[in-house]
Amino acid sequence: MGVWHFVEKNLQQVLFLTWEHIFMVALSLIIATAIGVPLGILITKKVNLAKRVINSANIIMTVPSIALFGLMMPILALVGQGLGKVPAIVALVLYSQLPIIRNTYVAIKNVPPSLRDAGKGMGMNKWELLKEVEIPIAVPVIIAGLRTAAVMNIGIAAIAAYIGAGGLGVYIQQGIDRVYPEMIISGAVLVSLFAILVDGLMAGVEHLLTPKGIQLQKRSAQ
Amino acid sequence: MKKLSAKMYNMLLLLLVFACGVALEKTGTIAFLTDPYNYPELMRLLFQHFYLVAISMAIATTTGLVIGISLTRSGLRKYSGIVMYIVGLGQTIPSLAVLALAMSFLGIGTKPAIFALTIYSILPIARNTLAGIRAVPVSTIDAAKGMGMTSVGILFNVELPMAMKVILTGFRVALVINIGTAALAYLIGAGGMGDWIFSGIDMMMTDKLLAGAIPVTLMALLADFLVELLSALLVSRGLRLSEE
Repeated sequence: MGVWHFVEKNLQQVLFLTWEHIFMVALSLIIATAIGVPLGILITKKVNLAKRVINSANIIMTVPSIALFGLMMPILALVGQGLGKVPAIVALVLYSQLPIIRNTYVAIKNVPPSLRDAGKGMGMNKWELLKEVEIPIAVPVIIAGLRTAAVMNIGIAAIAAYIGAGGLGVYIQQGIDRVYPEMIISGAVLVSLFAILVDGLMAGVEHLLTPKGIQLQKRSAQ
Repeated sequence: MKKLSAKMYNMLLLLLVFACGVALEKTGTIAFLTDPYNYPELMRLLFQHFYLVAISMAIATTTGLVIGISLTRSGLRKYSGIVMYIVGLGQTIPSLAVLALAMSFLGIGTKPAIFALTIYSILPIARNTLAGIRAVPVSTIDAAKGMGMTSVGILFNVELPMAMKVILTGFRVALVINIGTAALAYLIGAGGMGDWIFSGIDMMMTDKLLAGAIPVTLMALLADFLVELLSALLVSRGLRLSEE
């Protein structure tokens, strides 16, 4: 019960750190989507680029998060941003690229050719085809990529507490340093709950944004 | 046109490597790594890191395979949904939180770190083993049955070879995450390359920080590559051909 007591006593700070965490994850996700989705769509049109882009994103994903923070610190220190929220958000944006680009690419590639032909037959040009046919069909898979990215980012943002980015990781960091179990456990549990909650919410969004026709198709397949 | 873009890409890569080299020299990382005084420390930390990864991956692979395979057996199949749900939930929990929780219940040192790394690595392996075996076509299994294979024979000669690619993907994900998380194990007193990274951040010593971060990165990239090679060896040729 010590954990509950700790959270109750420091409610103000808990809320502030949660807000910081949400801010970092949300901002990085917005930036990552703005880069990743257009890039994913672009590489469906340029096949020889696709492999390189996805491989590069794959390599970034392989770099351990704390090592990436370490590698970026000297570079961003040149512009005076080695510590704090900026390197954290840059890292989060980089990590989110792989799930977002890959899912966008796969989703648009997997649009059945017959549907594309039907659109063409109705006299759609390339833009209309993309806007009216390809993107609506791809949306559920793209959102699934965003969901993966969001859950991963919550975990990495917790590690970013060590480079002074704030967020709920601060409780884990300071709790370990002070050997204060209540603090560690409340930090760890809050971060985990946050990740599970976001995972569930994004699953809901995924369901909501699935076009009705595809939902029906899935249901009848089951 | 295609040739030009490929040439530019290669040129860019070369420049990037060159710039990295200059940066390493400028920040003193090369001097730090080649300093004979730091050599024993480097070897000790590398060994610690390797030890954490090897032990936890060995336990996790065996456990993950056993869980995944036993959930596809006819008696336990009905529980596979709920177990996979729990595994999925476990995967959303951040690695730092798992380490922190392991520390607050088991204390500091190598043992809680190995425990946390093992638990965290079981999840992708078990999930992919189950998914891989489930994806084996029923008709193939029926054919094997028709040839008079026992269920053990089917498992080893049909199901596992066909699921090998998916299982190895799970293994690769687990291994790469494990190497990255082992760098955090320093925080709960298990040592490893994280020692230099976190000390470097705390002391604002760029050379020490990079001397820790670069080996970990290389280790993860190398592991990723080696598992890819392994999958070229272990996945049967027919399956690889059918994919192309």
